[in-house]
Amino acid sequence: MPAKGVTEPLSEAPLRDGGGGVWVDGVTRRFGQLTALDGLSLRVAPQEIVAVVGPSGCGKTTLLELICGLQQPDGGAVRADPAALMPQRDVLLPWLGALDNAALALRARGIRREQARAQAAPWFERFGLGGFERTRPAELSGGMRQRISFLRSLLAFKPVLALDEPFASLDAITRLQMQAWLSHVLEREPRTVVLVTHDVEEAVVLGDRVVVLSPRPGRTVADIEVELPRPRHRTDPEVVALREQALEALGVVE
Amino acid sequence: MKRALRYLPAALLLAALIGVWELYVDLKGATFSLILPSPHQVAKALYTDRSLLWSSFLVTAREVLLGILVAAVTGLVLAFAIHFSRTIRRAAYPLVIASQAVPVVILAPILAFWLGFGIVPKLVVVALVSFFSIVVTTLAGLASVDPDLLKLMRTFDAPRRRIFRHVELPAALPGVFTGTKIAVAVSVIGAVFAEWNGSNSGLGYLILTSIPQLLSARAVAAVVILSLFAIVLFGLLSVAERLAVPWAYQRQGEP
Repeated sequence: MPAKGVTEPLSEAPLRDGGGGVWVDGVTRRFGQLTALDGLSLRVAPQEIVAVVGPSGCGKTTLLELICGLQQPDGGAVRADPAALMPQRDVLLPWLGALDNAALALRARGIRREQARAQAAPWFERFGLGGFERTRPAELSGGMRQRISFLRSLLAFKPVLALDEPFASLDAITRLQMQAWLSHVLEREPRTVVLVTHDVEEAVVLGDRVVVLSPRPGRTVADIEVELPRPRHRTDPEVVALREQALEALGVVE
Repeated sequence: MKRALRYLPAALLLAALIGVWELYVDLKGATFSLILPSPHQVAKALYTDRSLLWSSFLVTAREVLLGILVAAVTGLVLAFAIHFSRTIRRAAYPLVIASQAVPVVILAPILAFWLGFGIVPKLVVVALVSFFSIVVTTLAGLASVDPDLLKLMRTFDAPRRRIFRHVELPAALPGVFTGTKIAVAVSVIGAVFAEWNGSNSGLGYLILTSIPQLLSARAVAAVVILSLFAIVLFGLLSVAERLAVPWAYQRQGEP
């Protein structure tokens, strides 16, 4: 029986903007008979964007929840600065307008409504959401909803962002637009980002590094540096080459 | 005009039912109409007994409205307590369910013995028959919150009470309305039953005393008023619901 793992913050006083690191060391996570993660290690440096790709059910969501402290490892250790989750589905609150949804993290900290709105409003403008402050989620497009969802997690002002397949539910065209948008936003608002995706192309376009996981139980099978200038396009030969390399690691192409 | 047309099927169905009822009683003869009065006899009773029916209605309406209020308060408090505490859920939920199996006919005389002939035992009966649906639907609403949303709130360091206030409580509101709408219909029956034991006023009391006097038209007139009252209450709650939780009526893509 391995020792019960630990999740603890790296530093006592994490940076307010940017900064923050993640250190996952030989982590094992089981659910009954099922081993989701088996000795997985992952290091994310401050302000680094790491894209984690892997087939469905390789424990990607579990990894993010471990980093966020929502789960405890069965073996190994997780140390991470405070992380805010962006779940796969936007789960916006249907009774709130878009701005109030974006300000949810502020409200969760006990900030009054007017103050939370005032604090979120400038971000709202900058994220290209101006004019939709009072619109309810049901009346917004999928892309808009994902933007609000991202802003909501960003406004938690945690050093680490854990993005769980943020664009998986979008149509192909919107997804491309959102990838360009996110890349642009992260350039202006650098964060430590762990981006989980099953889209290899998305991983190469967005990540500073692409970590490829094996099918369940999840283990690292490749760790690819992406030293390409931004903005990247999916048709760039270098992007295509790295994509092929990642797909090869996944065992999809020979 | 279009609005009026929408109600045409309901009006036609009602007219047809009343017509068949009238015809049936007429064919059965005068003696039968002492057991089941014909619609025109009921209409006549509604008119000639209007002051008696009105004063009785005021008594019953008060019992129903205050009873629902008591039911809503106890129902909500219980639902929140059960939601927050596993211990309370284990301890109280079986009793809440058991309370619904107690026949009101058994309970009403005991309550009259304990609490007298005033309004209090009526409120207890009305609240008892109607709080259950509020508890169940409110709990369902509280539990309907997406687990991903709860995880999100936890990564935002939201304490339990703020998760409740910002996420769970608003999510439960449609359930509260649904439960109260169900409660409205049964609360009227509750008030009538309560009045059958230890009372000297109200529509239930009027029904109880009219039947032995073969004043069945008056009894049915009282039932008509009770039904209309339930429909009006239900309608008012539906309007309030649309104003309070408009988002629950919007589906994605069709605002």
